[in-house]
Amino acid sequence: MPPVLQLKGITKAFPGVLANDHIDLELNEGEIHCLLGENGAGKTTLMNILYGLYKPDAGEIYVRGQKAEIENPNDAIQRGIGMVHQHFMLVPVMTVTENVMLGVEEKRNGVFLDRAKVAARIREISHDYGLEVDPDAYIKDLPVGIQQRVEIIKVLYRQADILILDEPTAVLTPQEVEGLFKILRSLVAKGKSLIFITHKLKEVMALADRITVLRLGRTVGTVTPSEVTPERLASMMVGREVNLTVSKKPPKVGDVALEVKDLYVEDERHQVAVRGLSLDVRAGEVLGIAGVQGNGQTQLVYALTGLAPVLSGEIRILGKPVRKPTPRKILELGVGHVPEDRQRHGLILSFPIHDNMVLCTYYQAPFARGINLQEKVIVANAETLAKQFDVRTPNVFVPASSLSGGNQQKVIVAREFSRPIKLLIASQPTRGLDVGSIEYIHSRIIEKRDEGAAVLVVSSELDEILALSDRIAVMYRGQIVDIVPAAQASKEYLGLLMAGISPADAAKSVAPVAAGEVERVF
Amino acid sequence: MSAKEKTEKTETRPKSEKNRSQAFWQSLLVPVLAVFTGLVLGGIVIAATDKGVAAAFGNFSANPVGIFPAIWKAVATAYGALFYGSLGSPREIIEGLRVYRSSGDMALLLKAIYPFTESLVTATPYIFAGLAVALGFRCGLFNIGAEGQFFMGALGSAFVGYSLIGLPWFIHLPLAILGGAVAGAVWGAIPGYLKAKFGAHEVVNTIMMNWIAFRLSDWLLTGPMKASGFRPVTPTIQRAAELPRFFPDPLRFNWGFILALLVAWLVYWFLFKTTLGFEIRAVGANPDGAKYAGMSVTRNFVLVMTLSGALAGLAGASQVLGVDHWVGQGFSAGYGFDSIALALLGKSHPLGVVLSALLFGVLRSGATRMQSLAGIPIDIISIIQGLVIIFVAAPAIIRWIFRIRVSEQETVLTRGWGK
Repeated sequence: MPPVLQLKGITKAFPGVLANDHIDLELNEGEIHCLLGENGAGKTTLMNILYGLYKPDAGEIYVRGQKAEIENPNDAIQRGIGMVHQHFMLVPVMTVTENVMLGVEEKRNGVFLDRAKVAARIREISHDYGLEVDPDAYIKDLPVGIQQRVEIIKVLYRQADILILDEPTAVLTPQEVEGLFKILRSLVAKGKSLIFITHKLKEVMALADRITVLRLGRTVGTVTPSEVTPERLASMMVGREVNLTVSKKPPKVGDVALEVKDLYVEDERHQVAVRGLSLDVRAGEVLGIAGVQGNGQTQLVYALTGLAPVLSGEIRILGKPVRKPTPRKILELGVGHVPEDRQRHGLILSFPIHDNMVLCTYYQAPFARGINLQEKVIVANAETLAKQFDVRTPNVFVPASSLSGGNQQKVIVAREFSRPIKLLIASQPTRGLDVGSIEYIHSRIIEKRDEGAAVLVVSSELDEILALSDRIAVMYRGQIVDIVPAAQASKEYLGLLMAGISPADAAKSVAPVAAGEVERVF
Repeated sequence: MSAKEKTEKTETRPKSEKNRSQAFWQSLLVPVLAVFTGLVLGGIVIAATDKGVAAAFGNFSANPVGIFPAIWKAVATAYGALFYGSLGSPREIIEGLRVYRSSGDMALLLKAIYPFTESLVTATPYIFAGLAVALGFRCGLFNIGAEGQFFMGALGSAFVGYSLIGLPWFIHLPLAILGGAVAGAVWGAIPGYLKAKFGAHEVVNTIMMNWIAFRLSDWLLTGPMKASGFRPVTPTIQRAAELPRFFPDPLRFNWGFILALLVAWLVYWFLFKTTLGFEIRAVGANPDGAKYAGMSVTRNFVLVMTLSGALAGLAGASQVLGVDHWVGQGFSAGYGFDSIALALLGKSHPLGVVLSALLFGVLRSGATRMQSLAGIPIDIISIIQGLVIIFVAAPAIIRWIFRIRVSEQETVLTRGWGK
């Protein structure tokens, strides 16, 4: 029997980059095939070609043994190819049924929408694949994990039997990831075939039947999980040996550098997002804040860095109380901030790299004399930092927008870490980055800690928190529910807390502290 | 430094400079083609409304080829008159120079360069007002109030110009210029403050400020600032407040133009070489990023609206002190509104603004001559201006007409998180 899907010699060039260079990929019926690669390896381009969003320069696609010309997404859907996007394409104010039928509306008498028929079909699909969803619920009321199910149902409703999932676990809690994997296994059991795009090695090892690794637009190889170790996969991805564990010495803890007492903060829609939060971070330690996105972490960091006003409560930085904090006041106290959204806050994308490197210090000597910018000093500074922090760019005059995500983040890290900072606040420091950049940024963060800086890391990647932190705080609905020492923290316990289970109840089902040595692979 | 690093350095440097100059020429491409396309389409409109062409079409069955010379004649006459009226005739200028050289009589030369100097006179307020709008754009602000600020600047400088008597010129003239700048600055600062303090949108508020400026000037010109006599105009300003002219009457070319170039350079320096300009551009490009970096977004809004108003006020001042010497009703002729188009055409860069202002000056002052010589209504220039702006605002049209490849950035349909 021929493979369900076969890509042969797919090549696609963009001006200046060969995004896909003769890529081959085979998908068998009932298989979960993981597509693994760093950002910029060409995964997304390849899938966009398969889904008809790009036209390949060369190469052929065969669906069930037949050559297919896929000109647009409709062609793809007609051939039974469906895509679950990384960013959900749902209309929040509509119900599940309405979202599912959007674009393929079922009609009665030619004019009226037949919601009942669609809802019945959704129940059928839910039942067949274990995708529990209420067809009449509004999307905006559903948690992220369920919204993702709706996306999968949408694809199944269109009768796809080849499903492409683009980094589907990025927004889920560990428990939700487990739930998703269960669903995916039941999908392949019923004969569907899946392409699962990711850069997370653990997921690949847990889920894949076969793994194809891409690097710089080329196929590095196709392997099965039993043949490889995570280390081997990582080096295939990056092209060199990679250290997956963050090696760090025990912390040398000093004075309290950041003290937060009973903090209340509102979000942009004036909902209280941080409610009575207290914590402290000492010099020389990393405090990691774990939690599913949207539990007030963003507003906490905004308040600490002066980007959002404090409703009530107290913040002390290096012993000094900070009242009415402005970003500049906090910056000048010796605080470095790696922001959650690097493109919104961290960079001025249209500015050249050298200007972004002095975004927070442009007004200080030696970058300015009076009001005169010292362009030569600024450029020289950028060239030094780009070399020191391994920013891959043709020169420092190109706009920040032309860099890859990893290199954009390195620009921010270079800027923030090169200042004499005593407190570092890093929010989602490696989101969306490739293994090589993650390894690099993690080692730099630990370096800062070993230099005696206090570090607050906020991340929705539990593995990242586990790898970096000395202590772990779990944030849920604007509060810290528990703080545990990181060395022995159990992932299951943290996962339950992240899902809103109280520490007492969670401790009943799993021990908060794992027995023995815990492997910290990220 | 190792040998390898050295070669790398020498290789990357020229390349980056090449990129920069390439980017510079590329940024000129769309505006230049937009002007060209605007002129071509304007030519079609001229031909379509020409009586001679209509007659040739009436005779189409008898002489089908006859329409081409008719079209050519209509367009050539119109544009010939336009450019003759705005640039003068090279032959006449050379002749004038020759006569001046041999006899010392300037009359012929002055007559020959008159059209060109008039274009520069028209360009002067355009430069100031264009800079005003461009500065706003750089900070992400849309100052539609240049017209009103222009009016206030004109009235301010006129008031200083006629009410103070007996001052020496080196005190009176700077004071009068300052009067215009301050009046415009106040008119710009009000919407700037309202935006910073209450989040009121500057587009709405600057439009409203325009209406207030118009009606306020009506009242001032018929009341407190009215000269004796019937007409609603201000008194003529003192000689000491006038921007000196380079040539005898009727040539009105004056120091205002030099001042405009100077201010354009000043704005360039301010925007690109100072920390204040750095902040303004950062706020304009990404207000969230600017806030993160410790800049005050609201403070920059007020600052830029004030400076923008001052620049528009200078436009009014230059017109009053250099050209008209008094202010009457309906005095602006839409300089403030045209300047929005002009700033767009100049891509909000001071140099681009100067070039666009010269173009607008040429078109505007040539149009008068075109009307009298070729009988083409002056409004055709508004049509051409409108077309040019549409093409600049929607560069995709120009790229499509001339098959220019889109830069790589815009082809990306879906993006991963990192990119």
